[in-house]
Amino acid sequence: MKTMMRGFEGIKPLSLALRACVLAAAVATVSIIFFIVGYIVVMGVPNITPEIFAWRYDSVNVSLVPALINTAIMTALSLLISAPLGIFAAVYMTEYARRGNRLVPLVRLAAETLAGIPSIVYGLFGMLCFVMTLGWGYSLLAGAFTMAVMILPVIMRTTEEALIAVPDSYREGSFGLGAGRLRTVFSIVLPPAVPGILAGIILCIGRVVGETAALIFTAGTVAKIPDSAFSSVRTLSVHMYSLSSEGLHVDQAYATAVVLLILVIVINMSSVALAKRITEGKCG
Amino acid sequence: MDKLIVDKLNLYYGANHALRDIGMAIPAREVTALIGPSGCGKSTFLRTLNRMNDLVEGCRIEGKVTLDGEDIYAEETDVSVLRKRVGMVFQKPTPFAMSVYDNIAFGPRTHGIRARVKLDAIIEKSLRDAAIWDEIKDRLNENALSLSGGQQQRMCIARALAVSPEVLLMDEPTSALDPISTSRIEDLVAELKKEYTIVIVTHNMQQAARISDRTAFFFLGEMIEYDATEKIFSLPDDKRTENYITGRFG
Amino acid sequence: MSSSSAPLSASLHGTRSAVKRFVLLKSEGFGNGMRTPAIRVPEEKKNSMSGAKGKFSESFMKVVFLLAACVSILCVLLICLFLFSNGLPAIGKIGPVAFLTGMEWRPGSELYGIAPMIVGSLYVTAGAIVTGVPLGVLTAVFMAEFCPKRLYGVLSPAIALLAGVPSILYGFFGLVVMVPFVREVFGGSGKSLLTASILLGIMILPTITSVSEAAIRAVPRSSYEGALALGATHERSVFFAVLPAARSGILAGVVLGIGRSIGETMAVIMVAGNQVLIPESLVRGARTLTANIVLEMGYAADLHREALIGTALVLFVFILILNTSMALSIGRKVP
Repeated sequence: MKTMMRGFEGIKPLSLALRACVLAAAVATVSIIFFIVGYIVVMGVPNITPEIFAWRYDSVNVSLVPALINTAIMTALSLLISAPLGIFAAVYMTEYARRGNRLVPLVRLAAETLAGIPSIVYGLFGMLCFVMTLGWGYSLLAGAFTMAVMILPVIMRTTEEALIAVPDSYREGSFGLGAGRLRTVFSIVLPPAVPGILAGIILCIGRVVGETAALIFTAGTVAKIPDSAFSSVRTLSVHMYSLSSEGLHVDQAYATAVVLLILVIVINMSSVALAKRITEGKCG
Repeated sequence: MDKLIVDKLNLYYGANHALRDIGMAIPAREVTALIGPSGCGKSTFLRTLNRMNDLVEGCRIEGKVTLDGEDIYAEETDVSVLRKRVGMVFQKPTPFAMSVYDNIAFGPRTHGIRARVKLDAIIEKSLRDAAIWDEIKDRLNENALSLSGGQQQRMCIARALAVSPEVLLMDEPTSALDPISTSRIEDLVAELKKEYTIVIVTHNMQQAARISDRTAFFFLGEMIEYDATEKIFSLPDDKRTENYITGRFG
Repeated sequence: MSSSSAPLSASLHGTRSAVKRFVLLKSEGFGNGMRTPAIRVPEEKKNSMSGAKGKFSESFMKVVFLLAACVSILCVLLICLFLFSNGLPAIGKIGPVAFLTGMEWRPGSELYGIAPMIVGSLYVTAGAIVTGVPLGVLTAVFMAEFCPKRLYGVLSPAIALLAGVPSILYGFFGLVVMVPFVREVFGGSGKSLLTASILLGIMILPTITSVSEAAIRAVPRSSYEGALALGATHERSVFFAVLPAARSGILAGVVLGIGRSIGETMAVIMVAGNQVLIPESLVRGARTLTANIVLEMGYAADLHREALIGTALVLFVFILILNTSMALSIGRKVP
């Protein structure tokens, strides 16, 4: 009788093969991740010298400090434009629009369209609209506005998700106490949604920091700390592009790559950590 | 002849002692019903009979379950073959996201049957046995998800029959269905017991009384009483069984 | 993460929610079902009871919120306006057929055919799908069904990290590691269709993985258990019962990946070689639509410049078609 329950020949090899494929794929993915990050770190760290952190850029020290400062300004400026707009839009979508509102699907379609547009197309749009039509030239401002349009759908979507996650009982409670919709939004609904919104904003910071194609033709490539909003600036990613396409400063390119990589990793990890805290319910 | 024999079965989820010293013999070609209040362990018990509890993390089993005298928890047991011999139908229909044909063919293909002619025959027979052939014979290539709930459940029964099992475990197979579908499935069970050994978990005592030959009453992880259905429902030995059957708890 | 399909593919967080939305859209139809909280206070009642000042700020802020919501529509309209008004005349002048099917791109001689670039973009995208999708889906299967919990805690952030790496860094990595490697192994300059395909495959890997993983996890456990109960092994249950149920979600991930790779610019420029020729083999160079724009925009003038904007227009329209068809197919498929 024992034989009855033993496996048939020729059934299990498929399972084994499938398992092998899955494991191989996982190993490959992990190796790719570690190889890319490891390679950049190993090649870059020894090239990090005091010179690349000089206050001013010149072709001898190839300093990344102005680019770093420009990145910070660019990020701050684009968030300043985009965050209120995105958050307000999300508030309208979740708190004000009624069921069957005709505008809502239209806004959602627009946001989804924006989310799908390649960054180079944003770059051309920014060039045509801000740089040329409005006459701002290659400038910090043109770059920031372009970035603002680009990150708008991200802020809208993450904020919407954060607002939807706020339980309806909060709203009920507030309305029950006679608070108006506006007061309910600002004092009851938005506060618990803050971590979620923040996670979205950090995500946007990551995007702006990593963006290149949309900035080359809007903010330009001048490696100086800007005098005004109309100065041309290069962010760290554009700096990285210039270094690697020129091919003159390979060592500094490696060093810059490490700085950029670490910056982006830190930014993204904090967003993920924040998002994780929300799902675990430690916030709000 | 007893198809399944359970001896001193104990089951733990971590520290939780979920089944205590269960011992019962399930006769072949009869319907055995497991009744009891929610959380009494009857579904857990059912799932020990085809080792579906193996999936649960931290689940530990002591004791012995034999199928035709073979220990199903023995090391050399191939779980695949065990589950082929002991089929299962779940509480909710579990159609796969593919055509009706592929759903039914899943089991036979798993066990190495590839020839189209053979598969066609198996599928027709299983669907006929599950009393659904006439309803869906023209819809074999449609997605199984497009069937109604009752049809899905009977398709799932057909799917279980397609691997020609010896035992069919049914875990509250009608709890998600409307009364008409429920009565169809009950008729089907009566039909199926001519060929198969059936163990059915049910919440519905009338159902147990209607369709089963033997009934086991479970309470708090113990099997309180196990006897012919008529006996359980007319003259239970245990006070708790009587209370449950007359509706004093659960 | 500075690329096209971007926010959706921007990170684990982003992709997860893309699928979440996808699932919701699927279950509620394409539209506004989910976003509307159940609690609604009748407007009239509320206003009649509150003071004049409160009433003003209520309605004022409502208008502000409304306007903010309209900004995204405005942005889309503006982008369309600028691209079409600058790109269409040039396409008209060159002739739509000559522009789209012309094999010669020689701005010096007023020859503006972008067929090689269209083909280049399609080749590179196809290459990325071929390399990225199998690896990504299998990795997702591993993450969802095979991965021990502890390992998952490391792996999941690592994949999110891969999603966050800027495309310029991928490009740099491709330039300093992959290009020399391909040159050594396959000959040629190393800057080739093959290099670009593999690099893009890696870049879309995290998108495909996290979207597919979410799709697999969204499949009811009953499919898996149902297969096991028929005697299928773990592997067989996962591949033949769970994966088919997740296919529409996985497809959504693949579409995201296509969008991302066709819109990718910086990484491709650095490794694809950028020759304006339809590549005859995998180790030959190719130029994509995106690369064409970045390479020449810096110095282009007049018709040349407008032809480049026309290139962007073609890209834009392609992405629109891709996204719309996905949205429609999701909207139509009501289970």
